[in-house]
Amino acid sequence: MKYMDEFRRPAPAAAMVEAIKTLSAGRRGRLAGREIGIMEICGTHTHSISRYGIRAAMPQNIRLISGPGCPVCVTSQPDIDRLIHFVRREKKAIVATFGDMLRVPGSFSSLERERAEGAEIRVVYSPLDCLDIAAANPSKEVMFYSVGFETTAPTVAATIVEARRKGVKNLSVLSLHKLTPPAMRALVDAGDINIDGFIAPGHVTAVIGARAYGFLSEEYGLPCVVAGFEPLDALAGLWMLVKQLSEARRDIEIQYKRVVTWEGNRKAQAVLNDVFTEADAMWRGIGVIPGSGLKIREGFAAFDAEKRFDIGYDGCVVEEAHGCACGKVLKGLITPPECPLFQKACRPDAPQGPCMVSSEGTCAAYYRYERV
Amino acid sequence: MCLGVPGKIIEIKGEWAKVDVGGTKREVSLALLEGAKLDSYVIVHAGFAIQTLDEDAAQETIRFLDGFAGGRDTA
Repeated sequence: MKYMDEFRRPAPAAAMVEAIKTLSAGRRGRLAGREIGIMEICGTHTHSISRYGIRAAMPQNIRLISGPGCPVCVTSQPDIDRLIHFVRREKKAIVATFGDMLRVPGSFSSLERERAEGAEIRVVYSPLDCLDIAAANPSKEVMFYSVGFETTAPTVAATIVEARRKGVKNLSVLSLHKLTPPAMRALVDAGDINIDGFIAPGHVTAVIGARAYGFLSEEYGLPCVVAGFEPLDALAGLWMLVKQLSEARRDIEIQYKRVVTWEGNRKAQAVLNDVFTEADAMWRGIGVIPGSGLKIREGFAAFDAEKRFDIGYDGCVVEEAHGCACGKVLKGLITPPECPLFQKACRPDAPQGPCMVSSEGTCAAYYRYERV
Repeated sequence: MCLGVPGKIIEIKGEWAKVDVGGTKREVSLALLEGAKLDSYVIVHAGFAIQTLDEDAAQETIRFLDGFAGGRDTA
C-alpha cells in the first residue's frame, strides 16, 4: 500500500539498527556503558516494536519501555463496573463501543458476558455509526461508551455536534477520553522508572501538534521524538532519540513529518474544544491524574451520559483481580513475562486483565510476538 | 486504537469524501479537516480524515532512509 510499504523495507532497517548500535556503544561516546530507558507511549508503537522484532534488535544497553498507551488498557476497572451496572439496570438501552472493550474484565463481569446474557451491546468502527443506531431505534436510549486519546476524541466531538444539528434525542456519550501529555508528566513525576527519552505517538500528535511536548525538554530536560508507526518510522525515531542522547541534546523532534506538524490539526482541536473540556481522569494502575481526561461541556449536556443517567461509582471495585499486574505493566515497572499470570492463567483466549485483551496491549503484543 | 491508515481522496461531496484505502473505497467524514483536496492523501481514523499526508515530506523521509541503506533496496 502506498505510503506504508516504503516504510517497511529491510535494507534501511538493518542499516538503522547498526547506526543505533554504533551510537550507543561508541567506546569513547557519551552513552558507552550507560543503561538507556526509552518509553513509547502509544499502543500502536508497542505493537510495531514487538511485531517487527525491534526490541530484540536493540543493543543491550537500550531498554524499550512500553507506557500507558492503549486506551482500552488504561480504562479503570470501576469504569467497566459502572457500565455493567448500567446495562443490567437499563434493559432497554443500547450500548455502543469499540470492539476491544467487550472482553475487558471488570471486577464481576465483562461486556461480552453481559451481551451473552441479553444486554444489547454493539461494536462500532466509527462513533458516527451511533447516529445510525439511534435513528434505527427511536424508542431506545443509545449510549456510546467512549474511550480513546486525542486522536479519537475529536471524532466523538464531531459526532456530538452532528447529533445536535440533526436534533437526535436518544444518543448520549460516556466520555472516558484520556490525554497523553499529562500522563507523560505524571510518569516522569512519579520517578519510579528511569526514562531518558520518549517516543511520542504519531497520530495523537497529528491532532495536538508536536509543541505539546515542549514541557518535556524545558521542564524535565528530556528529549522526545514524534514517530510514525511503520517499522522504519519507529526505528528512525529511535535513532533520532539515541543520536540526541549521544550529543546531550534534549530537543523535541518530528520523525513522522509526512503527517505531524508543530501546530497539529487546528480544526480538529477547535471541534474538540467546542464539545469537551479538561477534567481529572482515573487511569488503570496509575490512579487519578489531574487534567488528564475530557468531560462534555455544559452546552452539550443533553448528550452527556453522566448527566442523563445515574451512572456513578457505587458498587465498583478499584482493586485488580488477584495477581493481575496490568497496573505495573502500564507504568512500565515490569514487562509482561514478569507477571506471574502471563502465559499461564492469562492468555488472549482467557485474559485476566486489559493488557492481554486489546491487540495493542503490551501483554498481548509480548504473547503474540515475543514469547520465549 | 490510534490506528490511522493513509488513503487517497477520489471524490468529495460537501463534508464527505470517498477515500481509496489500499483498494477499498471508504466513506470518510471531512468534518475535522480544513482544505482537503481531490487526489490528495489523508490519514483515516474511525471514519474521519484527521490529517493530510504531505507527499513531499514523505519523499524526503524515503530519501533519508535510502541514504541510510547506502543505495541498497531503494524505494
